[in-house]
Amino acid sequence: MDKKVLLSHGSGGKLTHDLIAGTIYPSLANPMLAQMDDAAVFEINGKVAFTTDSFVIHPLFFPGGDIGKLAICGTINDLAVVGAKPLYLSLALIIEEGLPMQDLERVMESIKNVSNETGVQVVTGDTKVVNHGSADKLFINTAGIGLVPSGVQISGTKACPGDKIILSGPIGEHGLAIMAQRAGLRLKIQIESDCAPLNSLTAEMLEYADSIHCMRDPTRGGLATTLNEMAKQSQVSFRIFEDRLPIKEAVVSACEMLGLDPLYVANEGKLIAIVNAEKADDILNKMRKNPYGTESVIIGEVEAENPGRVVLQTRLGALRIINMLSGELLPRIC
Amino acid sequence: MKVDDTRAAQKLIERINRCSIRPIRLMEFCGGHTVAILRYGLRQLLQKNIIMSSGPGCPVCVTATRDIDKIIELSRKTGVITATFGDLMRVPGSFSSLQQSRAEGNDIRVVYSALEALDLARQFPDRQVVMVGIGFETTAPTIAVSVLQAQEEQLKNYRVLSLHKLTPPAITAILKAGETRIDGIICPGHVCAITGSQPFEFISSQYGLSGVVTGFELRDILLGISMLIEQIIEKKPEVKIAYRRAVQPGGNTKALELMNRVFSTASASWRGLGVIPESGLQIKSEFEYFDAEKVFNLSQIETHEPAGCSCGQILRGVKVPTECALFGTVCTPDHPTGPCMVSAEGACSAYYLYGGANG
Repeated sequence: MDKKVLLSHGSGGKLTHDLIAGTIYPSLANPMLAQMDDAAVFEINGKVAFTTDSFVIHPLFFPGGDIGKLAICGTINDLAVVGAKPLYLSLALIIEEGLPMQDLERVMESIKNVSNETGVQVVTGDTKVVNHGSADKLFINTAGIGLVPSGVQISGTKACPGDKIILSGPIGEHGLAIMAQRAGLRLKIQIESDCAPLNSLTAEMLEYADSIHCMRDPTRGGLATTLNEMAKQSQVSFRIFEDRLPIKEAVVSACEMLGLDPLYVANEGKLIAIVNAEKADDILNKMRKNPYGTESVIIGEVEAENPGRVVLQTRLGALRIINMLSGELLPRIC
Repeated sequence: MKVDDTRAAQKLIERINRCSIRPIRLMEFCGGHTVAILRYGLRQLLQKNIIMSSGPGCPVCVTATRDIDKIIELSRKTGVITATFGDLMRVPGSFSSLQQSRAEGNDIRVVYSALEALDLARQFPDRQVVMVGIGFETTAPTIAVSVLQAQEEQLKNYRVLSLHKLTPPAITAILKAGETRIDGIICPGHVCAITGSQPFEFISSQYGLSGVVTGFELRDILLGISMLIEQIIEKKPEVKIAYRRAVQPGGNTKALELMNRVFSTASASWRGLGVIPESGLQIKSEFEYFDAEKVFNLSQIETHEPAGCSCGQILRGVKVPTECALFGTVCTPDHPTGPCMVSAEGACSAYYLYGGANG
């Protein structure tokens, strides 16, 4: 019979020890974790960025990733887009009893892979097992800290009229990959989540730190919501050009089928950078050289009129206001 | 959209604007068309004397408050799993919504098709799974298939609450009422893919108006408008198809057969239009075992309509969303007063989303 996580794996006794030593530690092995103390202890000098995020995704595994990859990339990206170099993460697992041990192992394996790729270590953590029905298979919380190089001052409040808006690649893939899986859509071309760590991309962009005013990853709520947040924070307006928006054909047609607008669909491996117009092309070229930014493109510009407003200029020259996502993203009826 | 499409669209816009020598009022029946017209910004690109008004073609919006209340009541029954399309979750009933009912702890699942609801019935044999059947001729055939499948598998715990509505009787009701002058109608493309264009021919034969069935891409809509305007100017009303890749005059016979096997027509209550004879679909007595209406004792509670909401007039094309006093102030997508602000196909939501609070 397949091994499953039992309530007693969370009791704090021998089984807990076995679970941690057998399934969790081996994937994360690093000297700080190996101390086995109650807290990780390290020295850090400079301006620190600190963030946390919880992951409750259903299904746990989806084309292009899983909850483990997402939990590590999500927190790394939140640090990366404020210009920080991510250093250390915490990892807390809340497991519903009955989760196949194999699933937990798969999740840990992908956590290991992202950690190895990015050089960001999980240095502390926690594991709890809850009754059947008290969680949906597996919930993960990660927190992370990173170091912000001196001189870097990136914030959603700093967009200025005249700035250019860069998007690091095609939108809508993560949300669609999840929704297609949930809906059991049989798509001709499978859509994979874009889930990816962006710290190498942002590290390279920081060569132009002075010219980067805002950066953010358009996750839940999609590009539209993130643009609205920044336009309001900075009290400026954005003009986005429809013909420059990168959206893959498969995403366009799946969105049509489900009655969704790709502008509102979540991404997990993209960033928006608002930069000084003079350096925009240099930053764009730099971004295109990184594997996670090859399809970067300037999608729009910052204007002074109508502060807080985001406008899409269509291919035919009409203007359309883009609002924030309201409520849940729900498929239509007919 | 490809470059070729953009050029073709520009040509069509020029042609439409050149032909529109007098004010012309068109109604797009389908909410999907309203959304597309606003998304493409067509109101800015077409001459001001072409007036586009939206019709009652949003299945969620035309569902009567009483029926919404009924679904909420059903969701509160012990042992019931309510399966519904997502659009319905936030629609306000008299005192609550499905979203609120779900927060109370009732088991409500958003499904993408009735076949998913069937899966739920298989998965939870000791629960009653009720599929809320809302939609026009587009959704009815798949719900019919689910009933036939449940019968074949002898799934004893699958039920359907049929609130389906038929589109031609609604158009008739609007034209009969004559509250608003209409020169031509953009007929619903997806509905006609099932029904064919024939059931809409009364628009020209009985009412002397022009009709064009079209799709939802920019080119489809522009071609549809252009064909309508030519007919109107030449005073040769007909019902034509601008969406040949999906619509045949006779429709999809297989889908119609399935629909007619499971459902029969009945009068139905529409928000804004009242009770329209022969405009709804009820489950035939042969399949009454699956009919939630017959299985559950659903009370007729008194309904409460929100004060000041103009959804009814908007659905009849009498008002545009921006003429409603609540639009954009009291009623927004985050705090909707009426269903037209909730549904993705609702005219108010489309005006708000693509035009901002000023439409």
